[in-house]
Amino acid sequence: MAAPRLTATASQTIGPFWHLIEHAEMADLLRFGATGEAITVTGTITDGAGQPVADAAVEIWQSSPPVSDSFPAYGRARTDTAGRFEFRTLKPGPVPGLGNAQQAPHLAVTIMARGILRGLTTRLYFQGEPLNDTDPVLSLIDDPAQRATLLARPAGPGAWTLDIRLQGENETVFMDI
Amino acid sequence: MTVDAAGFRPLQPRTQPPNDSPEYGSTRLRHPARPALRIPQSVTETTGPVLSPKHFPPMPDLTMLTGQAAMGERIIVRGRVVDEDNRPVPSTIIEIWQANAAGRYDHPGDTHDAPLDPNFHGEGRVFSDEDGWYQFTTIKPGAYPWGNHHNAWRPNHIHYSLFGTGFAQRLITQMYFPGDPLLPLDPIFLATPDAAARNRLIASFDIEATQPAWALGYRFDFVLRGRNATPMENT
Ligand SMILES: [Fe+3]
Repeated sequence: MAAPRLTATASQTIGPFWHLIEHAEMADLLRFGATGEAITVTGTITDGAGQPVADAAVEIWQSSPPVSDSFPAYGRARTDTAGRFEFRTLKPGPVPGLGNAQQAPHLAVTIMARGILRGLTTRLYFQGEPLNDTDPVLSLIDDPAQRATLLARPAGPGAWTLDIRLQGENETVFMDI
Repeated sequence: MTVDAAGFRPLQPRTQPPNDSPEYGSTRLRHPARPALRIPQSVTETTGPVLSPKHFPPMPDLTMLTGQAAMGERIIVRGRVVDEDNRPVPSTIIEIWQANAAGRYDHPGDTHDAPLDPNFHGEGRVFSDEDGWYQFTTIKPGAYPWGNHHNAWRPNHIHYSLFGTGFAQRLITQMYFPGDPLLPLDPIFLATPDAAARNRLIASFDIEATQPAWALGYRFDFVLRGRNATPMENT
């Protein structure tokens, strides 16, 4: 492989004032009229002291259902003073992986905030999906407790929730992509 | 069999800031203690959102929000968005936000005792053209104090958000100005270990972009991660 000619620009923190580009409607992936299995996805982000991360930008991206004129497949939300974020989107289905592998339904999640110099990337899976057992990413994690940090749990009809811990006990598994 | 977009090459060592950067105090409780799990890239990582001007109209002039000129030193910033192979990244959104000329954000969380400017909000948005070029007009943001350490001041900077063509290409960064005496004192700027990578966050004065009797010009290029030569194959 030939060496790249240039080097990717260094990341910097999104800082505490990123809300200038927030636009609350971006948390609603159904705003353009997409139809399908609508869900809400909520979560709470806490730091190494267990305190809420109240100034984060959370982004989701999903390759299922595919992007279309009515479905951006991408959302951005703020966390509130309790560290909580909320999206409205469509429930993803299975996603093709490498070779013959099927990936379990999942959302890509990136967390950016003051004190985070490079966005932290993780995935949100859905508790109880049969494909979770053979998912190529979940299968890389031996410890069931660590794997559980990626599994959203049901929180009512059409509602899923996931706690994200940046550091310490039950620290979320973050990924180098 | 479907052939996907190619995966992205790994980032080069020391050219990105580590999240555990003790001199920047807010990283202390916000950096994961465990190393990140290396995962194979799939369509989730190699494709990404496309924000279109239809839903996100361009805002290429931050200085004329109300029809009245914003206070401060008007500047023009232009440059290219390319990948590590120097190929242009066309039609990608660039989100911009910054403090005003006095070093104050139009944001409820900013308590710095500097004046707000009713004619300046500090949000901009442009798209790269077919050759990766972008340009916008703004005012030079002021330095501002922050609580990181005694007498801490952020150097003049503009914040940027770029998407590129895949979720793994997402970039949040800051652009600095040449000759700023605060740069060697700023833990956020200094967090990137490689000096050359760090210094590429500093724009250069651009006489070609400068417009007579109107505004100074600055040049700032973005480099997004490059892709592998061979596409991944999905069976
Ligand atoms: Fe700033």
